[in-house]
Amino acid sequence: MAVEALRCKECGATYALEARYVCDNCFGPLEVAYDFSDLDPLETRRKIQAGPRSIWRYSDFLPFDRPPRTALDAGTTPLVRADRLAERLGLREVWVKNDAANPTHSFKDRVVTVALAKALELGFDTVACASTGNLANAVAAHAAAAGVDSYVFIPADLEEQKVLATGVYGTRVVAVEGSYDDVNRLCMELSAERDWAFVNVNVRPYYSEGSKTLGYEIVEQLGFELPDRIVVPIASGSLFTKIARGIEEWIEVGLVHGEVPVMNGAQAAGCAPVATAFAEGHEICRPVRPSTIAKSLAIGNPADGPYALELARKSGGSIDAVTDDEIRAGIRLLAETTGIFTETAGGVTTATLAKLAERGDIDPGERVVIVITGEGLKTLDAVRATFETDVIEPTVASFERTLGLAQAA
Amino acid sequence: MAVTVKIPTQLRNVTGGEAETQVEDASTVGEVLDGLYERYDGLRERIAEDGDLRRFVNVYVQGEDIRFLDGLDTPVEDGDEVTILPAVAGG
Repeated sequence: MAVEALRCKECGATYALEARYVCDNCFGPLEVAYDFSDLDPLETRRKIQAGPRSIWRYSDFLPFDRPPRTALDAGTTPLVRADRLAERLGLREVWVKNDAANPTHSFKDRVVTVALAKALELGFDTVACASTGNLANAVAAHAAAAGVDSYVFIPADLEEQKVLATGVYGTRVVAVEGSYDDVNRLCMELSAERDWAFVNVNVRPYYSEGSKTLGYEIVEQLGFELPDRIVVPIASGSLFTKIARGIEEWIEVGLVHGEVPVMNGAQAAGCAPVATAFAEGHEICRPVRPSTIAKSLAIGNPADGPYALELARKSGGSIDAVTDDEIRAGIRLLAETTGIFTETAGGVTTATLAKLAERGDIDPGERVVIVITGEGLKTLDAVRATFETDVIEPTVASFERTLGLAQAA
Repeated sequence: MAVTVKIPTQLRNVTGGEAETQVEDASTVGEVLDGLYERYDGLRERIAEDGDLRRFVNVYVQGEDIRFLDGLDTPVEDGDEVTILPAVAGG
């Protein structure tokens, strides 16, 4: 059996595989520990390739004895080669991992499908979450599909599209008058009072395992080869660190050979506690009060900040921050060169790629992957008034006059 | 004067199961914690290291993270609520 225990990332203490997220000894975060020594690389690869078209093709690396039955799945999203984007930035090989192509249009479907399966296995009948929006969408949808009650807690100032795309599933939407960090604190307190599975609180060690599948997919879709560099947005830092963790596991098992890629984290300047700590050489993050259009990344007190800093430094990468104007430009750049319309978080990632290219951090020969975590239709306000619409009368003459075109021959 | 302290589930085995307690005569968060350390054996090692809080421990006064205030020197007043929570959730 590959899944062994929950293990503290700080002091190494181990615990049974239950709804627990904090080490009793030192308050450190718990992570799922596995024993992969029985996995034969060739056999594992064949099993993956013959597996379902969802994250469950990687079930040997997920925290279950056998793949659970789920009502709504996630994963196997496109990895698109983006030659026009690369050319615009003076790079040779850029790939876009488009995780907007998930059931609720963000990478959060990956973590929620794992968390919900584990919550049901542990006997919970209600799930909940603290969310900046995308997680709310995913929890509401997966709970609805599974026929489980759900409560989603969001900051009251969230984008309307994300609120609407949550409530439609019949969940209880609770808008908290405060920041995401207030919502998160409240959910931590509530998780002690209620017998609910809060996907990113008491079952977070399982939830975050879902993010590893993004790393697995990138490697599988590149033909079981590693990219040289991956650019990932950072909110709590969980996705950033788990993508690398997944790749480390595959290197350990022998499914792929080489080094963990250079890991670049991307934050919005209006909420950049990890990028600031990186620039100042600190090992921990000082919390900030977010003020950015990238609300899905607006976590001022990032739980995995110290691990994100460690990973960026160890892999030879960095954590950068981009302004709201750069985020809008990033959304446009990705849309205009790849046909992929991303939300503000993807604007942060694309703008960070542009910044790295401009700064000369990326060797022209590198194979670079950027992780696009969400869908542009969820944050439409970010592109409002960034282009003009030509309004005409329904005549050929009006068309030609207004657009300044010569008469067609 | 008394300050109310909310104890997270993870620490209730050293507080004899208490979820909430009162600390008298403390004027800063540091003094509140010292009062708790005196009362509960083993609490200090759980949340503090080298005189500072461990990196995955968050403390709030009236819902505000003390890192936005004066850290352990943050003043507390009669009737304030101090909350201790793990820092490893969310995202």
